[in-house]
Amino acid sequence: MSVLVVVECDGGEVKKSSLEVASYGSQVAQMLGTTATAVAVGEATEANLAKLGEQGISKVLYDAEPRLKDFVNGAYTKLIAAAAEKESALVIVLANSNIGAAVGSRLSVRLQASLATNVVELPKNNGGSFTVKRGAFSGKAFADVVLSGDRKILAVKKNSIEALHEAGKTAQVESFSASLSDADFTDAPKQVVMQDQAGGVLLPEADRVVSGGRGMKGPENWHLIEELAQALGAATACSKPVSDVDWRPHHEHVGQTGITVSPNLYIACGISGAIQHLAGVNSSKVIVVINKDPEAPFFKAADYGIVGDVFEVLPKLTQAVKELN
Amino acid sequence: MKFLVCISNVPDTTTKITFTPDNKEFNKAGVQFVINPWDEYALTRAIELKEAQGSGTVTVLNVGEADTEPNIRKALAIGADDAIRVNAAPKDAYFVAQQIAAIAKEGAYDVILMGKESIDYNGFQVHGMVGEMLGIPTVAPAMKLDMSGTTATLEREIEGGKEIVEVAAPFVASCQQPMCEPRIPNMRGIMTARTKPLKVVEPVGEGARTSVAEYALPPKKQGVKLIPAESAGDLIKLLRNEAKVI
Repeated sequence: MSVLVVVECDGGEVKKSSLEVASYGSQVAQMLGTTATAVAVGEATEANLAKLGEQGISKVLYDAEPRLKDFVNGAYTKLIAAAAEKESALVIVLANSNIGAAVGSRLSVRLQASLATNVVELPKNNGGSFTVKRGAFSGKAFADVVLSGDRKILAVKKNSIEALHEAGKTAQVESFSASLSDADFTDAPKQVVMQDQAGGVLLPEADRVVSGGRGMKGPENWHLIEELAQALGAATACSKPVSDVDWRPHHEHVGQTGITVSPNLYIACGISGAIQHLAGVNSSKVIVVINKDPEAPFFKAADYGIVGDVFEVLPKLTQAVKELN
Repeated sequence: MKFLVCISNVPDTTTKITFTPDNKEFNKAGVQFVINPWDEYALTRAIELKEAQGSGTVTVLNVGEADTEPNIRKALAIGADDAIRVNAAPKDAYFVAQQIAAIAKEGAYDVILMGKESIDYNGFQVHGMVGEMLGIPTVAPAMKLDMSGTTATLEREIEGGKEIVEVAAPFVASCQQPMCEPRIPNMRGIMTARTKPLKVVEPVGEGARTSVAEYALPPKKQGVKLIPAESAGDLIKLLRNEAKVI
């Protein structure tokens, strides 16, 4: 019996969301009185995998098969299923990412496990029933979900668990092979296209987000958003009307039908705060709203607010951040 | 080519979410239900691909009780050819996936499409479960879908980019923007939808694997602290010293 953690790597590094997942998994292992093993997918280095010891992982399984560098749903599922069998894993923890959800859902059928996605807290053992809290209604609510059966799979929402850092602890890295065949690579990508990230901060992984709405008046004014984002080390985002008129790409659209984010800091500039947008951001720890309309509904959901013209306020904020640094 | 499009019946996106007094169920009173917005991409794209091929069928599938029929008729009005309703409340993703897999198998559908997730339960699970039950590939979430003969080219979103994937039918894809511009029904569609076949079948399989013990709303904010626009820079000091987020 053990806990298996799926760790996503990119360019040799373990993704930040996967450090959270590893920390989550090792805490679950502690609750169950067992150890946490990780299985790594993507491009990883042995040194970085060994550092997962800091998140409480004792052992890391890694298959260096080159075709596993990019995401392949079929092959990843088989690899993780094989690792779960090898470790007799009773709980499998993944990130609630596109990869985690795509793999977790297939795994749940293959391993006859119950599955909860969008998990935001450590599990509770309520009189023998295994319960987790998850986000539902697109961020408008939470649900306590009871998982049945012996085997459980949990996909943990980004930024909802603090990553552990126990300096100096290392995990043992073991090479691992799931005997993959060509049939496991039917959905292998012909091509991978990465976005050009301004400032290098990915929105789904970001701790801080600066977001713009229709109040920005046009894509030519987005440099004001980007300058503040760069000074803060933040990712940029936008509201639905903005991506609908192609001022910004769809992958920046935050809201009920876009992506849901939960950064430590969300700064909304010229966004009125429609209920669909709030659903995508209301699990952010601190929300700042800048809008010239004091009646904008977003102020009711904000921690800090400035009633003023974004074109005057944003440069002042960028300047203040630069002075602070 | 036979397309199966799975649609979910969800509260309208502007709905203020409330629960029954025991917090065990969503309070449906006064709530307008719509076709899940993500599923609209799947539906419209299936219709577009059928039109481009000049042959084939688009079947709409919903797992729900009789009150979902207005939205099934709406999907028929948008352009689906026929519909199947599995007569059961959707208990969880696993339960729903079993129904879809059984119908997909029986009807030998080539392409099974659905939205990325439903905006109420946000499971993002059904696509993979169905693919695994049928032993066919899944592409999730797909931002683009083109067909050439029985081969599909899709763009799969990954964090920070996308993968171009080619799979042969049969396959499952979960859809999201910017795949297409979702269509709305026109008058002719609404008229013809009334007479299109809607078959009702009873559920199969072994039930659900998860259940909701209790729902809760997010904690309320304490109220906004306003900073005068003239001294906007003070906000940055508050974010560092008080909120400690920068």
